[in-house]
Amino acid sequence: MLDNAWIIPAIPAVSFFLILFFGKRIPTKGAAIGITALGASFVLSCVAVYQWIDRVESATGGKSSGLAAFGRSLVTHGGETKPVVEPVLHHVTWWSNAGIDFGVGIRMDGLAVMMLFVVTLISLLVHIYSTAYLHNDIRYTHYYAMLSLFSAAMLTLVVADNTLQLMLGWEGVGLCSFALIGHWWEEGANSKAALKAFFTTRTGDIGLLIGVTVLFWAARSFDIGRINAYALSPRADHSMMLVAASCLMLAIIGKSGQFPLHTWLPDAMAGPTPVSALIHAATMVVAGVYLGARLYPVFWNGFSIGNGGVNFMVLIGGITIIIGALLAFVQDDIKKVLAYSTISQLGYMVMALGAGAWVAAVFHLFTHAFFKALLFLGAGSVSHSGSHHSFDMKKDMGGLRKFMPITFWTFIVGTLALAGIFPFAGFWSKDEILVTAGNSGYDFFLIVGLVGAFLTAAYMTRCVYLTFFGEYRGHGHPHESEPVITVPLIILAVFAVLAGFLNAAAFHIEKFASWVEPRVAFPELVHPAFDYPKAAISLSIAAIGIGVAAFFFFKREKLGKLNGLTERNKVAHAGYMFLVNKYYLDALYENVIVASIRGGIARGSYWFNQHVIDGVVNGTGKGTKAVGQWTYEFLDRKVVDGAVNGTAEVTAESGGLLRYFQAGRVQRYALYMFAAVGLLALLLLIANI
Amino acid sequence: MTLNNFLILSAFLFCTGLYGTLARRNAVLVLMSIELMLNAVNLNLVAFSAFRENVTGQVFSLFIITIAAAEVGVGLAIVLLIYRNSRSVDLDQADQLKG
Repeated sequence: MLDNAWIIPAIPAVSFFLILFFGKRIPTKGAAIGITALGASFVLSCVAVYQWIDRVESATGGKSSGLAAFGRSLVTHGGETKPVVEPVLHHVTWWSNAGIDFGVGIRMDGLAVMMLFVVTLISLLVHIYSTAYLHNDIRYTHYYAMLSLFSAAMLTLVVADNTLQLMLGWEGVGLCSFALIGHWWEEGANSKAALKAFFTTRTGDIGLLIGVTVLFWAARSFDIGRINAYALSPRADHSMMLVAASCLMLAIIGKSGQFPLHTWLPDAMAGPTPVSALIHAATMVVAGVYLGARLYPVFWNGFSIGNGGVNFMVLIGGITIIIGALLAFVQDDIKKVLAYSTISQLGYMVMALGAGAWVAAVFHLFTHAFFKALLFLGAGSVSHSGSHHSFDMKKDMGGLRKFMPITFWTFIVGTLALAGIFPFAGFWSKDEILVTAGNSGYDFFLIVGLVGAFLTAAYMTRCVYLTFFGEYRGHGHPHESEPVITVPLIILAVFAVLAGFLNAAAFHIEKFASWVEPRVAFPELVHPAFDYPKAAISLSIAAIGIGVAAFFFFKREKLGKLNGLTERNKVAHAGYMFLVNKYYLDALYENVIVASIRGGIARGSYWFNQHVIDGVVNGTGKGTKAVGQWTYEFLDRKVVDGAVNGTAEVTAESGGLLRYFQAGRVQRYALYMFAAVGLLALLLLIANI
Repeated sequence: MTLNNFLILSAFLFCTGLYGTLARRNAVLVLMSIELMLNAVNLNLVAFSAFRENVTGQVFSLFIITIAAAEVGVGLAIVLLIYRNSRSVDLDQADQLKG
């Protein structure tokens, strides 16, 4: 399966066309095709995962099971050498010019295999979930077609062995998220949100385009393996790598919702909730982090990650953690709370990448995918059956735990995992990020991470309180959702609990590190041991966060003066308004940047359009007309007609001549025959053969 | 008797047949002239066969005689049909296929 992993993205791509062309004519309106395709992809991904693990384990030697790992000392602690496990490569050249190869291919290593598993699993669950959530939707078939294409694009990106293919998948993901966010485009706000998502990520895509070009000129190749090897070799040009890494970082900022281009992500909540789950957990936003993980040596060299200094990547990640988490406090829309939480969690991943904690970043990506998908699908379940298609926690929710027990408990699991409570998945990955960041000399960012953990725990408690506790404030008849919705929740909840144990450093289980971390063309990473004091601090900080928020919401009357602080105190109110207005970033973008474009640049473009482009167009039109006239008069009339008429005339003339030989007299024919034979005989005689 | 005598006789016969085929108007006589030419060829074959002491030529002439019989059968049938249609066996008048 590893050799033929191209099948995994190919199946949903085919399914896209099948749904588009035949979806409306079959009973399930295309949902069955999508679910089958993703199911097949998921099974194949599982096979790929199994084969990859087998490959790593057989290279390592003993087929040690998870239990056997208990007895071993830390696999990677100190300078223990690990056997080289080559990635499985398969490349088809489309065309090549001057030794530069353009083509498509697959690069299967631990990272790609891990992503295949996550993407196909979550996409499959979203497909299933959507059958209930979008029941009787007007563009149901179209929705499924786009979901399939979305998965196909992301999988193409994941398996890519060259930067061009990566870009193809990247743009495909952007396009599909645009289409899906704007799924209900009849409402102006939704289509606006879709456009915003598209244009904001496009800003980052420019960075990707330039970064890929710079990398090509530096490494003379589009091949990811060669680029990575080049970035780590001594002949690598550091300034080139710095430019490339900065440009790629811009792409990550745009795609993964990092500060200051994070504003599209909360607006992207306009799409259907399962799409939000897919975008936030497995496809769109993690594409940026995946890019960072994929071309990590470029960042390693460009940003000098190894020497412990503050760099662009770690700084952006750190800022994003805090600003995302703070914004989550002032949201009344449950999905927007989760959206800002995603921004903040992606900040953790980017910060971890910047701090040299590659394994921790990828591990957090892995665990985050499960609990974030779980939380989003939970929020969808609430709005589907609890709050009458509203996402407003303050107006339409509250007290839902009694009505929707499964949704409630799975949501609690997701919340605990997100807050980083032992033993849920988020604890292990977040803890690893913090420990590795601290050990690599990024103490300041360790503190940023801890503050982020506190904020995360607090805003999630607020969210849970507003949604599930207190009195029901809506006007519908809340009830538990149907099994199509709850079963994916339960599956994801199981993963949210267990996924962390793949790399539970406290128990000396480092499966994730040994399976996923590349061993070829990859920097030497530090893998610190589990740090009990740090883990205890982060755990207690998260617990305090939950406690403070719970105290605030459950015991409101005891707060006394603090109650309603934001309404009375000027400073607090200003801070509150600052957050509600999202740091005025949207205002900056819309009123300053967009307005200036709309004013000067738009007028300039209009002039350019009227004079230059229209001139070119009209000139082209006139030129085309003249050429057409000439073609008609000369080519058509004289050459083509002449040829046709000439053929007819030649035929007629030759027929007229030949008819004299067709006298109908047998003896005349016999005469010709004998004359010809006689002539041939004469010829033979002369030629003397 | 030399081979040349036979060849000269055969050439004479062939030329007679050729003349008859091209110049005669009566279809039956044209057919007979064709037979003459065939027999001239037969004579040639047999003569060469006898002088070269190789039996192949005689076998060949047997085949030719057989095929000539069939050919005459077909030819006479055609002549008969022409006669039935136009009450004449004059080949100059059978020129309906004129182009």
